[in-house]
Amino acid sequence: MATGIRDRVVILGMGCSRFGERWDADAERLMVEAFGEARADAGIDASEIDGAWFSTSQEETSVGKSSVPMATALRLGYIPVSRVENQCASGTEAFRAAVYAVASGACDIALALGSEKLKDTGYGGLPQRTRGRVNDLYWANVSTPGLFAQLAAAYRAKHRVPAADLKRAMAHISVKSHDNGALNPKAHLRRRITMDAVLEAPIVAEPLGLYDCCGVSDGAAAAIVTTPEIARARGRRDLVSVKALQLSVSNGLEAQHQSWDGSYFMTTRHAARRAYAEAGIANPREQLSLIEVHDCFSITELVTLEDLGISPEGGAVADVLDGFYDADGTVPCQIDGGLKCFGHPIGASGLRMLYELYLQMTERAGERQMAREPRFGLTHNLGGAPHANVCSITILGRQAG
Amino acid sequence: MPSAVDVGIAACGAYVPRLRLSRAEVASAQAWVNPGLRPLARAERSVCGWDEDAITMAVEAARATLADRDRATIGRAYLGSTTAPYADRLNGGVVSGALGLREDAAAFDVGGSMRAGTSALLAAFDAAAAREDDVLCVAADRRRAAAATQQELVIGHAAAALVVGRGPGIARLLGHASLTVDFVDHFRAADREFDYQWEERWVRDEGYLKLVPRLVGDLLAQTGVAARDIARFCLPSPIRRVDQQVARAIGIAAERVSDPLSDGCGDSGAAHPLLMLVHALESARAGDKILVVGFGQGGDAILLEATGAPTGGAAAGVTRWLDRRASCSYPRYLALDGLVKLDRGIRAEADKGSALTAAYRHRDFLLSLTGGRCDACGTHQIPRGDICVDPDCHAVGALAPHSFAESAGRVATWSADRLTFTPDPPAYYGTVDFAEGGRLLMDFADVDEGAVDVGTPMRMVFRIKDRDPVRGFARYFWKAAPVAAEEA
Repeated sequence: MATGIRDRVVILGMGCSRFGERWDADAERLMVEAFGEARADAGIDASEIDGAWFSTSQEETSVGKSSVPMATALRLGYIPVSRVENQCASGTEAFRAAVYAVASGACDIALALGSEKLKDTGYGGLPQRTRGRVNDLYWANVSTPGLFAQLAAAYRAKHRVPAADLKRAMAHISVKSHDNGALNPKAHLRRRITMDAVLEAPIVAEPLGLYDCCGVSDGAAAAIVTTPEIARARGRRDLVSVKALQLSVSNGLEAQHQSWDGSYFMTTRHAARRAYAEAGIANPREQLSLIEVHDCFSITELVTLEDLGISPEGGAVADVLDGFYDADGTVPCQIDGGLKCFGHPIGASGLRMLYELYLQMTERAGERQMAREPRFGLTHNLGGAPHANVCSITILGRQAG
Repeated sequence: MPSAVDVGIAACGAYVPRLRLSRAEVASAQAWVNPGLRPLARAERSVCGWDEDAITMAVEAARATLADRDRATIGRAYLGSTTAPYADRLNGGVVSGALGLREDAAAFDVGGSMRAGTSALLAAFDAAAAREDDVLCVAADRRRAAAATQQELVIGHAAAALVVGRGPGIARLLGHASLTVDFVDHFRAADREFDYQWEERWVRDEGYLKLVPRLVGDLLAQTGVAARDIARFCLPSPIRRVDQQVARAIGIAAERVSDPLSDGCGDSGAAHPLLMLVHALESARAGDKILVVGFGQGGDAILLEATGAPTGGAAAGVTRWLDRRASCSYPRYLALDGLVKLDRGIRAEADKGSALTAAYRHRDFLLSLTGGRCDACGTHQIPRGDICVDPDCHAVGALAPHSFAESAGRVATWSADRLTFTPDPPAYYGTVDFAEGGRLLMDFADVDEGAVDVGTPMRMVFRIKDRDPVRGFARYFWKAAPVAAEEA
């Protein structure tokens, strides 16, 4: 087995734009916001960046193809810049590429920046677009909430959970995230909500109601990474390092083979197993201090908690309702408000999650700062649909020594 | 003239969409403008779902007809309709493809009048007499009517199908006759949405009551059969009781006049004479002589004699479809038929253009739901990729074609989606697991609230997947529909 990425690369600086319906801003202005904060935090000049990766997913409604839009927006110095896209894992993919570039020695300092401008469509939800010339001929008439709602039907059937119980656990997830998001000045949705409001909200895709769905917003986030040696040479202490970077991608099994029951994410289970091995985590329920998971929908968060091995199979409903994942619980989940309150500018989300772990680990999370000192934090992205998807998992922690 | 070779109907089937429109609801809603609708305000008529048309209904009727038959025995196919969706694209070719008929079987679109169904059947008999293999004849119509017209209440949507071949089968052909006279009781110009109708009393007196007796008289003289020997008289009756009046003029007793299927269906245009024939065959006894007439610019008359051979039971009839129903309110009908323009939101603007190259490459998948079965490990899968999906196999190039169109399925996952654009929300879809293995995330059709859950048995149905309003193209694919309770 490969030796893995653990402790070879550290974060030098991070930035995050204000997320929301940024009627005032193009994608480029969001990039400048995130980059400016990251560069100031890293204490570097833009000319010190050796390579950059730019993530955006829905370029049709945003900046168009290629990396030129970011190189232009940030006036980068004719360095290598690449655009990466891997659905909702896009932001984490930019981070993965920058981290690997530093680990390989190709770059001393590398930039990962994700941005997405979703609110130029004229309607709520993700932009409607072609799924490809062949797919358009036969794919079901899906929306993203409808695809993720499929999980709920299969989960209820498998674990014999009454629909009302599952709905309550899902509602708790959203209420908890809104409680957290209310404390976050960069979040899009900053209003607390009640269980009743969630349970009585109009249905978007059975059984997902309005508050079971994350917001849709504009935003950008950035990370600047380097080696531990360079970071220390620049006087940095208490380094936050990358412990694991894993990705797992469906190969058609879930979509075509009956061995998958539709109630969980196969990719997340593969990626989690490898990530824990890479990071040296034996017991995630005990060792993880906080997690940021891909809560595009409340049901996604719920089943992911099991796929990550934190709740036992069929046990997430009880853990959620017990407050295990609340901000003051054992393993806070979405302590920043999550996709639920930040919305999901696709290319930025993975980096936005890492930004929160980084703030918590450097004790700069303000009102949201965890009481206990975080040791390991995990981010998780899930792009696509339950039956065909991309899952990325990143684990950050304190650099040894 | 009786055919030189004995030919007959080998099998029959029908299809009536499940949606029903209450005539009383329409008459009541439109009483302000047309109080004359009140006498027609009885029972319900059938209505296509947004994703049904003459092609999809024809496929369903043909599937009921072909049932377990070897489809390779069909050497020719006729489709009779005045509402075939394409003016230039072989509509019957879509039907043949969906049925998986042989590619060397000719297909003919027959249209142009209300007698298109009977004319298709005449052609099928003639073809069968000259061939070794069987001939499929299908008729289907999804006629439209302007709101608040009598036609809105009289019309229904349906399809009927017959397999015709050598030998007497379930009903032997005794003879047929035709009359071609340019009698224009109504017409629909090629570029018009709706029919233009002349006065009913003239149509009845100068049309039905003069032309049909003349036509039938020729046929009875030809075949040496007396009017009193007709056991079933199948004449669509778009004018109330005109069937009875014609029967009296011919000398056929009132009780021998077949049910015009007004209750639950309505006049299905070119399909209706054949639909009434299929209905008559459901209960026909050996020796019953059945007279079928299609009226339109003259007409066709066909005389058959039931042999008493089993017809295929309930599956092959009309009644099972009439018994299966779901209400469609008048406002919903108006929207589904495009008679009222609803605001559909920006999501509805998404381009539904189809790549004809890709559609052609995947035609067996799109038309006959053909996936594959791995020659190496036996795993069924759809779509058919180049590498087997089974994690322990991954054989390359080993998938043999396998159609799932007639496979039994069960729901593995589902949702009812109110965000995605569909003409008839919510959009139901989910993963369907097939009995032989394999699965597909697909659209559902014909779902009532609460009718699907994990484990619900489903059957495949051929439907319109998307309409492309920019280019006037409809793309077809298969959907999963709940198996009716009595079939489960």
